[in-house]
Amino acid sequence: MIDTLLQGLLLGSLYALFALGLSLMFGVMRLTNVAHGDFVVLAAFAAIAITTVLPWHPLTIGVVLLPPAFGFGYALQRFVLNGTLGKDPLPSMVVTFGLSIVIQNALLQLFSADPRSLDAGTLATESVQLGDGIALGTLPLVIAVVSLACTAALQMLFDRTALGRAFRAVSDDRQIAELMGLDASKIYALATAIACALIALAGVLQGMRTTVSPSDGPLLLLFAFEAVIIGGMGSFWGTFVGALILGVVQQIGFYFDPGWGIWFGHLVFLVVLVVRPQGLFPRTR
Amino acid sequence: MNTISSLRPEHSLTTEPSVSICAPAARAARHAAWVATGLAVAVAASLPWWGESSWMREFVEIACYLIFAMMWNLLAGYGGMVSIGQQAFFGLGGYAMLALGNFAGVNPFIAVPLGAIAAGLIAVPVSYVAFRLQGGYFAIGTWVIAEVFRLSFANLSVVGGGSGTTLTALRGIDKATREGVTYWTALVCVVASITLVYLFLRSKRGLALLAIRDNEVAAESHGIDVRGMKLAVYVVAAIGAALAGALYFLGNLRISPDAAFSVNWTAFAIFMVVIGGIGRIEGPIVGAIIFWALNKFFSDYGTWYLLGLGLLAILVTIFFKQGLWGWAQRRYAWTLFPTQRRLKL
Repeated sequence: MIDTLLQGLLLGSLYALFALGLSLMFGVMRLTNVAHGDFVVLAAFAAIAITTVLPWHPLTIGVVLLPPAFGFGYALQRFVLNGTLGKDPLPSMVVTFGLSIVIQNALLQLFSADPRSLDAGTLATESVQLGDGIALGTLPLVIAVVSLACTAALQMLFDRTALGRAFRAVSDDRQIAELMGLDASKIYALATAIACALIALAGVLQGMRTTVSPSDGPLLLLFAFEAVIIGGMGSFWGTFVGALILGVVQQIGFYFDPGWGIWFGHLVFLVVLVVRPQGLFPRTR
Repeated sequence: MNTISSLRPEHSLTTEPSVSICAPAARAARHAAWVATGLAVAVAASLPWWGESSWMREFVEIACYLIFAMMWNLLAGYGGMVSIGQQAFFGLGGYAMLALGNFAGVNPFIAVPLGAIAAGLIAVPVSYVAFRLQGGYFAIGTWVIAEVFRLSFANLSVVGGGSGTTLTALRGIDKATREGVTYWTALVCVVASITLVYLFLRSKRGLALLAIRDNEVAAESHGIDVRGMKLAVYVVAAIGAALAGALYFLGNLRISPDAAFSVNWTAFAIFMVVIGGIGRIEGPIVGAIIFWALNKFFSDYGTWYLLGLGLLAILVTIFFKQGLWGWAQRRYAWTLFPTQRRLKL
């Protein structure tokens, strides 16, 4: 049982990495990126494509992918998504939904439907003994540390820096923030850029931990979304804890019946939604 | 100063169509349109006697897409509730129809509307959960709900689990009768759906719905029951989506959770509505015809075809916000189903 719990926490920390980007984009500009999960898969496939050419370790590739992902996010928001923002959520959703379909089918065309993974070398097989016959894989532990660091960094960025203040300002009232001299479209672009960098990291780690296939995106989006809602909006630590809860719940479900793990996760999400729609740890900014 | 309150009632808001030609001519044109529509329906109804069975099958398929897209349009374009989870009701309609036919011994053709109503009843508690979320999060939340249904049916061995099951209730009926009656059912469903949505949008409640879409707070302050209205639209859209689903699997004879609860249904509906023009009845009709044509000529290209559909939806959203029919309406003042009201002073 303790083993299941620990595995769930480790799984949840990967979900947290998926969820941070979604939480950031929704928090700053009320934008729901339907292609979020597909971006994660795209990053994983980008890393897989690089490994066929260069003999680098996947973790190195993860770091190398950060700048292009950042640039991609910036350009996407600046030149495509900013034009779709407004009171009506439909245009931005149709565009990101369209992107999701384009990415899925492009990956299907390029890489076929087979699940693939990134070879993490010895990192994937090593484990840390915790006594009592419980062993934790080194790779999941590395993912947990990365996820924890990202959450802390993002929360710090939001709370303590000028950019974070700008994020909060445009989130609260775009017009007033612009009157104070902020360029909202650039700040939005930076938010998406950071979200995409996080997504790239999440994608590479997902590819190392398990397999990815072109149609995985929507499910990853739903996990990220559930983590954000369970945790409550407005705080990245809330998102992190929400993801841990989702991971543990799914792991418990898998323990009883492999066919019901994800179903059980969805159900707990719906229960939280009914009982506590503001999430477990909301923090209104 | 000429205030609105000083106007006589017939000069205030009217439900007359907003054509700019004079009244008698408009009335004559409208009568002609009704006659033409009636004739078209009559010709369509006689198809089983002179058409080929492949035409009927194709019509049933378009009918399902059209009804489903129309109901998505009602929900998102008029109700302002953008959902990515309408496939939940599409699948529920299919499964309810199948369960009524296979296990309760109901005639499958009668089970189609019954299945739709059953899904509508399920929509009431579902709305309680879904309405906790707004905007983009409502969309993803409804998607999660659809996934819950998909996974639940995939684990239900009575209906064949993940691999699905067959509609055995139609076993005794010969092929020609089955195809003919399925076709007629589809025709009735299409005509009924268009008529009901049209009448609803022209009614007082339709006006209330438009008011809510444009400004929820202002609508509520004018005494409109926003929550009740949203629930009504959600349930009606669910019934419509379930009708499409029941019809689809009546024609298909086989159902599986992955086919019934596939997000592609909603993706295609969004595509049709966005291409045709959201928030107008003609939009999904134009969209469904375009979708059908694209499907017919390009679906052999598989992934490239879907990739193209995705790109087209993005481009239309960015450059043609009103869709094709919206563009035509603005350019040529065309309108088939006038629902907008014009202030006559």
